[in-house]
Amino acid sequence: MSPMARTAPVPAATDPAIIRNFCIIAHIDHGKSTLADRMLQLTGAVEQRDMKAQYLDRMDIERERGITIKSQAVRLPWEVDGTAYALNMIDTPGHVDFTYEVSRSLAACEGAILLVDAAQGIEAQTLANLYLAMENNLTIIPVLNKIDLPAAQPEKYAAELASLIGGEPEDVLKVSGKTGMGVEALMDKIVRDLPAPTGNPDAPARAMIFDSVYDTYRGVVTYVRVVDGKLSPRERIQMMSTRASHELLEIGVSSPEPKPSKGLGVGEVGYLITGVKDVRQSKVGDTVTNLAKPAAESLGGYQDPKPMVFSGLYPLDGTDYPVLRDALAKFTLNDAALVYEPETSAALGFGFRVGFLGLLHLEITRERLEREYNLDLISTAPNVEYEVTLEDRRTLKVTNPSEYPVGKIAEVREPMVSATILAPSEFVGAIMELCQQRRGVLGGMDYLSEDRVEIRYRLPLAEIVFDFFDLLKSKTRGYGSLDWKADGDQVSDLVKVDILLQGEQVDAFSAITHREKAYAYGVMMTGKLRELIPRQQFEVPIQAAIGARIIARESIRAIRKDVLAKCYGGDITRKRKLLEKQKEGKKRMKMVGRVEVPQEAFIAALSSDESKDKAKK
Amino acid sequence: MPSALPLGLPAPDDGLLPPDAADGADGRDFCLYVHIPFCAVRCGYCDFNTYTATELGGGASQDAYAGSVLAEIGLGARVLESSGLPARPLSTVFFGGGTPTLLPAEDLASILRAARSTWGFAPDAEVTTEANPDSVTPESLRILRDAGFTRVSFGMQSAVPHVLAVLDRTHAPERVPQAVQWARDAGLNVSLDLIYGTPGESLEDWRTTLATALSYGPDHISAYALIIEDGTRLASRIRRGQVPPIDDDDHADKYALAEEMLTADGLHWYEVSNWARTPADACRHNLAYWRGSDWWGAGPGAHSHVGGTRWWNVKHPRPYADALGAGRSPAAGREILSAGDRYVEDVMLRVRLREGLPTQSLTSTGRRAVAGLIADGLVDPAAAFAGRVVLTLHGRLLADAVVRRLLPD
Ligand SMILES: Nc1nc2c(ncn2[C@@H]2O[C@H](COP(=O)(O)OP(=O)(O)OP(=O)(O)O)[C@@H](O)[C@H]2O)c(=O)[nH]1
Ligand SMILES: C[S@@+](CC[C@H](N)C(=O)[O-])C[C@H]1O[C@@H](n2cnc3c(N)ncnc32)[C@H](O)[C@@H]1O
Ligand code: SF4
Ligand SMILES: [Mg+2]
Repeated sequence: MSPMARTAPVPAATDPAIIRNFCIIAHIDHGKSTLADRMLQLTGAVEQRDMKAQYLDRMDIERERGITIKSQAVRLPWEVDGTAYALNMIDTPGHVDFTYEVSRSLAACEGAILLVDAAQGIEAQTLANLYLAMENNLTIIPVLNKIDLPAAQPEKYAAELASLIGGEPEDVLKVSGKTGMGVEALMDKIVRDLPAPTGNPDAPARAMIFDSVYDTYRGVVTYVRVVDGKLSPRERIQMMSTRASHELLEIGVSSPEPKPSKGLGVGEVGYLITGVKDVRQSKVGDTVTNLAKPAAESLGGYQDPKPMVFSGLYPLDGTDYPVLRDALAKFTLNDAALVYEPETSAALGFGFRVGFLGLLHLEITRERLEREYNLDLISTAPNVEYEVTLEDRRTLKVTNPSEYPVGKIAEVREPMVSATILAPSEFVGAIMELCQQRRGVLGGMDYLSEDRVEIRYRLPLAEIVFDFFDLLKSKTRGYGSLDWKADGDQVSDLVKVDILLQGEQVDAFSAITHREKAYAYGVMMTGKLRELIPRQQFEVPIQAAIGARIIARESIRAIRKDVLAKCYGGDITRKRKLLEKQKEGKKRMKMVGRVEVPQEAFIAALSSDESKDKAKK
Repeated sequence: MPSALPLGLPAPDDGLLPPDAADGADGRDFCLYVHIPFCAVRCGYCDFNTYTATELGGGASQDAYAGSVLAEIGLGARVLESSGLPARPLSTVFFGGGTPTLLPAEDLASILRAARSTWGFAPDAEVTTEANPDSVTPESLRILRDAGFTRVSFGMQSAVPHVLAVLDRTHAPERVPQAVQWARDAGLNVSLDLIYGTPGESLEDWRTTLATALSYGPDHISAYALIIEDGTRLASRIRRGQVPPIDDDDHADKYALAEEMLTADGLHWYEVSNWARTPADACRHNLAYWRGSDWWGAGPGAHSHVGGTRWWNVKHPRPYADALGAGRSPAAGREILSAGDRYVEDVMLRVRLREGLPTQSLTSTGRRAVAGLIADGLVDPAAAFAGRVVLTLHGRLLADAVVRRLLPD
């Protein structure tokens, strides 16, 4: 049994031969963070009394939802055969929206633990993350987790994993992040099987930025992996892409609390602080070098995450606009994936068009904005980005249906994805039907084992990003899993559907849809608004239209009674208070022409829960 | 369950009014409302401040109740005088409830005598009591007439048995014409209270109710749309789906039918829910509320208004009696209306009247809204031209919306 390291190797003076850098990758919820907990405990990095479940999920929202959003790197001491090693472990997120977090973590490692829930087997992000790790030439250690579960089938899934990676089922380690069983053996295996980092200690310093986090107290904290040379406190460093230089105010390792050190050497993973205030000044993927003795070549790029889904965010109370503006500015300090620009809506007033990685990213960002800045927000129906070419050959990018040009359109291109779906083979029919409905084109199908298939489709992003996953889950009784990545674009027959209240167009309700789905959208939205908008003193027609052509209509009948006809005796105060309340209620109405539309109607009409309901009907 | 009192400022123990309450008092009518908080049973739809014998439990008894009201009348006279208000005779008195006629007629008579000896009556004073049809006799009505009552308002509600049943009304429908006849014989003016839009009531049922009420030849009819008040038994039966919900469109149809049938029979609206045979038959006490007159409200939970100060008494009969017994004002809270509040109330109340609201009393915002209200068919153009905002039939049904449009945001 390997004891806890008696003397941990000291940062800046650690021989690369005793360093092992690895990350834990898996499908969502397969137990990465829980396994990381056991490692923190076993190595003594976190004291017994400070321990709590998913220790590295530090954000409130991570803890509430029980998911990891941000990767976390931690330096752990571990002794094997009398030698003390320094292990850098990175816990990564499993959700597909945060795949870019995984890929940046991989770039800092030589190895990856591919964790698979022994009761679930291989799922879509298991594959996606495995392929990512292989592209980065990482050594993979396959591990089955949750073997304490009665429903675990370690033999079966060990065989599946072995055939996927190439190897023998006996080589697949079996652990339980919950009980700690097998974790020591895993640590030993990491030391034995993973290659040590290599690099030139005498070359000019080169360190790869794999994460950048804004901290209110310390400014931007930049996480790096040193490849060549050495970084030391107080020296001036340079960002190779921008040539901007900064003084290294602090450098150190996370263990898991930040611990300043005398520097970082070849193969080491740690953090640095320069006093910059914006994560964009310390860009993920950039190379840090020494200003006095700069490297000639950078380590090579890392791609910026690209927003996939766009939604308008508007404060319910127009006077909160400056608060939202400042809040978004602060958020982007810490979230390079978030992009935004101001926009105005006739119906909703001033707000921002914000780009996200996916719906979970949208949901989490919105929830955090509301909570941390005490805002009430309306988010408009999410959209993908379309490329519209006009007849005069000019092209424009459209992320907001109300900016969709009228008239002279030559063609519209929509973003596509390649999607991988894993499910038990009995669901193949249902999955194909779903993908066909969503305008998918079958790319291929493979059996991963006797009863598990991998189905590949090319689909429009707009068809999968909103409710597709829920439908897939319900059609596969929860067993299907989905992964997707961007895959170019294609010309499609798309139209804009407008919604008109009393003849007046309400920009917030417009949508860009495939021509064949325009009618369904029109019927759904007009029907929903009829339910949501209270009756007015006059009849209100609600129409859905493509250009000048009406494709669906509903109408809200005029209200006929709005008077309290009861004997109130002398209690006039009560009557006046009631009137004042009604007037307050009116202030929460948005005027669309003469029609009073309650804020709640906007929220309900635009909320994604509702669109899920619609899809299930 | 009785409805809640408003939240306001604390009321002083001595009941004294702020100095400006006396301003212009000579030009305002002065009225008295007497609340009788007792009922034989509580109707399922009712949230008035009233108590059955079992709800009351021990303590405040009906027998001693008249004594407490007498004490409050005495207090009222002292408060008004010390607050600098001129002595004014009562132009109207109204006994409401609850069921005033549940008390012995002699008790009501002695309260009325006390009011008269305290403040005196204006020459044509109107004195009304509410009554349930089964709580009066020819004798009790004669005693009331002799004591000075001039009007009685019967809670008829409906002529249709299944509607009465949903409303939990216990009186036999045949009892109503009898009670009306006795009141007439005693020399009292007669009004009938009706409720429309009860769950399960058809338009034909309502027509029957109106026709039946008219066949008794009343001088006055109040027709109220049933309101489902929070906390009532009827509200919870609807919530549980035992009784269908009420419907605003149904209310609108029934209001229109009431207007049509009552007008055809020679009764004319003078307030959204009230119709009178001649202008002299309009309930002047009711008008006093809508016109912002002064009145003293005696009894638990009663509301008063004098020169821009409104106050209300504690709701329960027991602390009410205790306060008066200890020589304290039974007021639980009050509010002193700002100029803005008074304007809002003025618009809110007077627009409900047939006589309407003088256009020149409106602010410029209000005056600007009038054209739109005429265009939407809510306000009568001819009356507006002559300088008054008077609701059309359509406007009466949307009176609250009209008020919101007349007032600034
Ligand atoms: N029984 C059992 N449950 C486990 C084990 N490991 C993790 N879990 C449970 O599985 C759930 C997910 O665990 P996490 O550690 O948050 O999973 P994760 O892979 O980090 O999830 P994401 O970061 O959201 O992708 C939690 O409820 C854990 O308690 C295990 O070995 N045995
Ligand atoms: C103060 S109540 C009391 C009169 C008497 N106790 C009775 O019920 O006959 C006056 C009138 O208000 C009306 N009323 C009471 N509760 C109502 C409600 N919830 N909705 C509409 N009108 C109501 C009834 O018509 C009732 O006759
Ligand atoms: S009799 Fe009148 S006051 Fe008494 S409970 Fe019934 S409706 Fe209410
Ligand atoms: Mg996790």
